[in-house]
Amino acid sequence: MAGSTAMNFSGAGRRVTSPSTRDPAWVRWTLTIVALGFLALFLVLPLIVVFAEALREGMGAYLASFNDRDLLSAVKLTLIAAGVAVPLNVVFGLCAAWAITKFHFPGRALLITLIDLPFAVSPVVAGLIFVLVFGLQGWLGPWLLERDIKIIFAIPGIILVTMFITFPFVARELIPLMEEQGTEEEQAAMTLGAGGWTIFRRVTLPNVRWALLYGVILCNARAMGEFGAVSVVSGHIRGETNTLPLHVEILYNEYSFVAAFATATILTLLALVTLVLKSIVEHRVRSQMRRAAEESMA
Amino acid sequence: MMYPRLFKRRPGRIPGFGLTMGITLTYLGLLVLIPLTGLIVKTSEMTFAEYWATVTEPRVMASFRLSIFGSLLSASINLVFGFIVAWVLVRYSFPGRKVVDALVDLPFAMPTAVSGIALTALLAGNGWLGRYLEPLGIRGAFSRFGVIVALTFIGLPFVVRTLQPALADLEPEIEEAAASLGAGRFTTVRRVIIPGVLPAALTGFALAFARAVGEYGSVVFISGNMPMKTEIAPLLIITKLEQYDYAGATAIALTLLGFSFVMLLIVNLLQVWSSSRAR
Repeated sequence: MAGSTAMNFSGAGRRVTSPSTRDPAWVRWTLTIVALGFLALFLVLPLIVVFAEALREGMGAYLASFNDRDLLSAVKLTLIAAGVAVPLNVVFGLCAAWAITKFHFPGRALLITLIDLPFAVSPVVAGLIFVLVFGLQGWLGPWLLERDIKIIFAIPGIILVTMFITFPFVARELIPLMEEQGTEEEQAAMTLGAGGWTIFRRVTLPNVRWALLYGVILCNARAMGEFGAVSVVSGHIRGETNTLPLHVEILYNEYSFVAAFATATILTLLALVTLVLKSIVEHRVRSQMRRAAEESMA
Repeated sequence: MMYPRLFKRRPGRIPGFGLTMGITLTYLGLLVLIPLTGLIVKTSEMTFAEYWATVTEPRVMASFRLSIFGSLLSASINLVFGFIVAWVLVRYSFPGRKVVDALVDLPFAMPTAVSGIALTALLAGNGWLGRYLEPLGIRGAFSRFGVIVALTFIGLPFVVRTLQPALADLEPEIEEAAASLGAGRFTTVRRVIIPGVLPAALTGFALAFARAVGEYGSVVFISGNMPMKTEIAPLLIITKLEQYDYAGATAIALTLLGFSFVMLLIVNLLQVWSSSRAR
């Protein structure tokens, strides 16, 4: 739910030009200044301060912060967690969208709500439920202990909560688009004798590729940046179970501010790249959606 | 207008239902439903009296109060400024509008830990903003003020992104009609535009509120985490976990979870309301 509605739209629609509905110049100026001032204060300043703090002691100190074996292992773990969670959620998203949009069955609306569930759960609560299942005091704890399998305070736990947190992203980008596109093209491919896999690969996938990419971008950004949920299950073992955001926290709490902010610049650059890619792809998703809507009207 | 499409689709003709549905339900079950049931099972080991005793502890109550009232306040700030931002982005054109529009999603894209330390650096006593607040008697960081700033930061995109399409969809003809009937610009905004985007505004408010109540990463650094004063509910869950008080953590988590479900329900009802008004 959360993150959902908000992420789907951006950009303006048509502009109002008729003189009777135009705001007077002083109103326009005041509102624009208030809006830009608010955004500068709340968004731009935090962005700049990350780099300013990282470079506070000069370029040399900044670059020296990257010479850290624990940082390297944090990068590695972040890449592993995202590398597992994103592809799995892509497969799930495609399957869920196929089942939900190409067929009618009872409980469809309920299934869509359940897919959105991880968005509604606080990250800390998400971490906690995995501790309650796999932790020592948890449901499967004793069974796992007997077999010497560690999930909580270990890498599998981090991957699991990352999967949980990013679970809905791909599915919820695909479902509205595939719903709008309907099944006509797939039906046509079938009459031409194509099998299920061929239809998916040659017809459906090309039709949804931009929405899929959009979902992957959002999913990946969240997978690499998640903090709360991962923090609960990680156990904060330096060099072992620390992801990049957790490494930032450790450095910060040790008062290694330059190193903490230097690590944060990596994540900030990732966020900026995400925003750029997102606005490029968003445009294509929207035009694809419009085309589908026009076709279903015709 | 939904009927034609409904009849065009013939269920069962396209292959793959069994396979995709099987994968969907298995994955959903293993990853989401079973772990969530774990939380319920854990709670059922507690009696209601024990649950009640935990959530009514003064320290827990204080954290709920801060989480809920702080989130309400930050969502209200976002409602006002988010409306202005959305209005400016939809109605006016100015150089760099596209960049500003893309930037609105920054709180989503930025890892919360990074937002947290950045806001703390800004608002701390020696920070770029904190040094101007101090003489005014406002402690920027390690205070409730800081908590509200972080919650406002995190909720902003929800309000802007839900209001933008609603403002863009308003028919200019209605505004023109109001103007031609002699309504001043202010009256048109108050009587035509605001009622028109009310469902979207409330949805954005509810989403920002729900997100803020569960927020953790961007708040822990700036809040200073003083019990009874600046400790938010999600942080208290982690504190209880670190003290191996699983029952206590679960009780707080269940309350937060119940709260998010109520918010989810409210958002869905708002959506139903706005689509029934659109028709």
